[in-house]
Amino acid sequence: MTELRKRGGGGDDRGSEADSDHRPQSDAEADADLDVDCKAEGADVPDVPLSTADTDNTPECLNKALEGLPPRWKNYWIRGVLSMAMITFFFLIIYMGPIVLILVVMTVQIKCFQEIITIGYRVYRSYELPWFRTLSWYFLVCVNYFFYGETLADYFGALVQREEPLQFLSRYHRFISFALYLAGFCMFVLSLVKKHYRLQFYMFAWTHVTLLIVVTQSHLVIQNLFEGMIWFIVPISIVICNDIMAYLFGFFFGRTPLIKLSPKKTWEGFIGGFFSTVLFSFMLAYLLSQFQYFVCPVGFNSETNGFTIECAPTEIFILQTYTLPAVIQNTLGWETVKLYPFQIHSIFLSTFASLIGPFGGFFASGFKRAFKIKDFASTIPGHGGIMDRFDCQYLMATFVHVYIASFIRGPNPSKVLQQLLMLQPEQQLSIFFTLHSQLKERGLLPPV
Amino acid sequence: MTELRQRGAKESDASLQQQRSEDKGSDNELKADKDGVSDNEAKVDSGVPDVPVPPDDTPEVLNKALSGLSSRWKNWWVRGILTLAMISFFFFIIYLGPMVLMMIVLCVQIKCFQEIITIGYSVYHSYHLPWFRTLSWYFLLCVNYFFYGETVTDYFFTLVQREEPLRILSKYHRFISFALYLTGFCMFVLSLVKKHYRLQFYMFGWTHVTLLIVVTQSHLIIHNLFEGMIWFIVPISCVICNDIMAYMFGFFFGRTPLIKLSPKKTWEGFIGGFFATIVFGILLSYFMASYRYFVCPVEFNNDSNSFQVDCEPSELFQLQEYALPSIMESVTGWTTVRLYPFQIHSIALSSFASIVGPFGGFFASGFKRAFKIKDFANTIPGHGGIMDRFDCQYLMATFVNVYIASFIRGPNPAKVIQQLLALRPDQQLHIFNSLKAHLMEKGLLPALDDVVA
Repeated sequence: MTELRKRGGGGDDRGSEADSDHRPQSDAEADADLDVDCKAEGADVPDVPLSTADTDNTPECLNKALEGLPPRWKNYWIRGVLSMAMITFFFLIIYMGPIVLILVVMTVQIKCFQEIITIGYRVYRSYELPWFRTLSWYFLVCVNYFFYGETLADYFGALVQREEPLQFLSRYHRFISFALYLAGFCMFVLSLVKKHYRLQFYMFAWTHVTLLIVVTQSHLVIQNLFEGMIWFIVPISIVICNDIMAYLFGFFFGRTPLIKLSPKKTWEGFIGGFFSTVLFSFMLAYLLSQFQYFVCPVGFNSETNGFTIECAPTEIFILQTYTLPAVIQNTLGWETVKLYPFQIHSIFLSTFASLIGPFGGFFASGFKRAFKIKDFASTIPGHGGIMDRFDCQYLMATFVHVYIASFIRGPNPSKVLQQLLMLQPEQQLSIFFTLHSQLKERGLLPPV
Repeated sequence: MTELRQRGAKESDASLQQQRSEDKGSDNELKADKDGVSDNEAKVDSGVPDVPVPPDDTPEVLNKALSGLSSRWKNWWVRGILTLAMISFFFFIIYLGPMVLMMIVLCVQIKCFQEIITIGYSVYHSYHLPWFRTLSWYFLLCVNYFFYGETVTDYFFTLVQREEPLRILSKYHRFISFALYLTGFCMFVLSLVKKHYRLQFYMFGWTHVTLLIVVTQSHLIIHNLFEGMIWFIVPISCVICNDIMAYMFGFFFGRTPLIKLSPKKTWEGFIGGFFATIVFGILLSYFMASYRYFVCPVEFNNDSNSFQVDCEPSELFQLQEYALPSIMESVTGWTTVRLYPFQIHSIALSSFASIVGPFGGFFASGFKRAFKIKDFANTIPGHGGIMDRFDCQYLMATFVNVYIASFIRGPNPAKVIQQLLALRPDQQLHIFNSLKAHLMEKGLLPALDDVVA
């Protein structure tokens, strides 16, 4: 979302500046694109045609409505309208439930993948390479199949055990996924064409790095979702809030530049965004923790064949009384305060989103400067591509997943049971006795 | 190992001449190339600066001993001696045991990583980029820490639970690994320098792809090793055997080229190598399956604080009678044959090594042609770098791991107990009841009263 700040201030000037960079500099091109030491960055990158990213994609109705305004205000209005549209869409899909959310995550993932791969094609002029588009999409399908299969086997254990073909697919899942991937790998090797080796290897690597970034993290988002929709909503909202707040603080108070990579970011925006995001997340967590719809893990009900979100809320979503430290007691005059433990966790999440999340944005900025593109694509008018909106979210998704795995959740009981049933009978017996003695110690087993 | 075949036939002076003419050719191409990699039709992938030809690295002693022979035979002898040396070293480290094998795998991994990263440096002239070498090695360390931590937690569970610092490290392992990785990521972003963005992103991508290939698969090799040393030795031997046999068959009978990418490979070599490797795999597994040292999973003994390889061989490694199909009965005159079931699995392993394994070699060949290098490095005289020897092994390691996970092994009981004890009490009770029902169904729980009392 760095483009938000950069283009808000001087969108049109930068556009014309970027154009002049791209007139090819003929004499300096003695060496190929690799030798950057002795010349400026602009000389060596093959021209990526900016046409698609720059076309004005604004729908006609908006254009008509904003005809009267000068271009700068028109830009602001478009961005504002689209921001509201995106946030409304976000609320709508939350209302519609987990299945829709999963589908939306998958769609976003496919779109991000397509955007990054298209950039790779343009940078390397790889359109005419044989098989390449097919192979990129094939690898996407393979990796998605692998991850979705693993997720399905974990969460829908009961459903999978019931259906015979699903059971077979689940048991040999890794083998099937590996075989599919290998088929793609062998196709790649067979498709190597004599004069294009290097390009083909580059695109192969580009595809794999993109898969690593985009696909693994969208699956982490889905796993967070299954823990409870609050673990999906709160991180995403925090990142959006941090972007907007940092922008507003920077707009009104900004003076000291933050990093050379994104010249429009300021320290005032950064710090202001940090504090306001922590406050926002604190309040949002309080609001959402009261509803079972957000708090309960998403479970699959075998009988109704639908998702159920009903449970007894765990400890972190039950109000508890905390005694305030003496400092705050003096200022506020309260002795204790009732909080959800989740609000304490949300402070950590928002700290991460404000301090480390922007590095995802800087990374994407550096990437765009390296390949001389303004935006990843032109999907959202005024904002750029889907990747532009989601660049900070990826680090956040991984962090939330790791956070949950380390501090919140234990292992998944249905997965443990599944593994237990696959062991040898002697092993099952020994585990049975161990568990028996454990439960007896705790007094959980009723006397016979 | 494709270089084995390609270079074996060439005279060494002819190869030097060819190198020189290649240099001249690429200089001309560099001058003509004005648009970077965009203009593909008119010329070969140019723009890759030549990696300097490594000097002849053969040790003096070998040089002296072979000084009398002509250069072609000298090349053959150097390769032959080094091959035997490597095979002997392989036997030696097997003898030394699992600990040493893990160390060797770790060293090979580090060396392969270094070779590929060095190629990246020389391709992109990235030597002077700030921080870059540090960051590459730092990422290697992070990813290794993550993987070794997961492995250690699984296999050395009791040891880890005993020591307090290890227990904390193990409980928050993912978080710590992620924090370490993030630090490297942030350092990368902070180290982006204005004129070098693209190079830095290339090297970042290069590092990550290398980590993906090299590090994940060396850990799969170690997982295989822990299943039993036979799962480590047989696949590696099958790949080596396939290389050598395909070379021999190609040398004596080779006529039809196999693939444009490696012109010295032939269909005769491919098919001959396939059959020879299957036979070799069957014989080798017959030989090895009788020894516990190879067959038993490697376990850590808490009392003696060392590895032990002692167990009751599983069904896979006990001789069983198989009835031969009637065709083979009439041919050989036997009605039944005694085989280890593992030998049947070894047929699958050798088929993979012969049919799909070479694609790993083609991939590495294509990579070398794409970046205009002859070998990955110059570590082993006559053979090239460590990656040259291990390019076919990587696919094999992943295949063996997936094969074991899908067809052989169930989940690890120690890990299951660990997860079970980490659950909430109500979840434990639920699982207890399900397990009880399951065991009672199977008739494994003799009488309910005896157990529960």
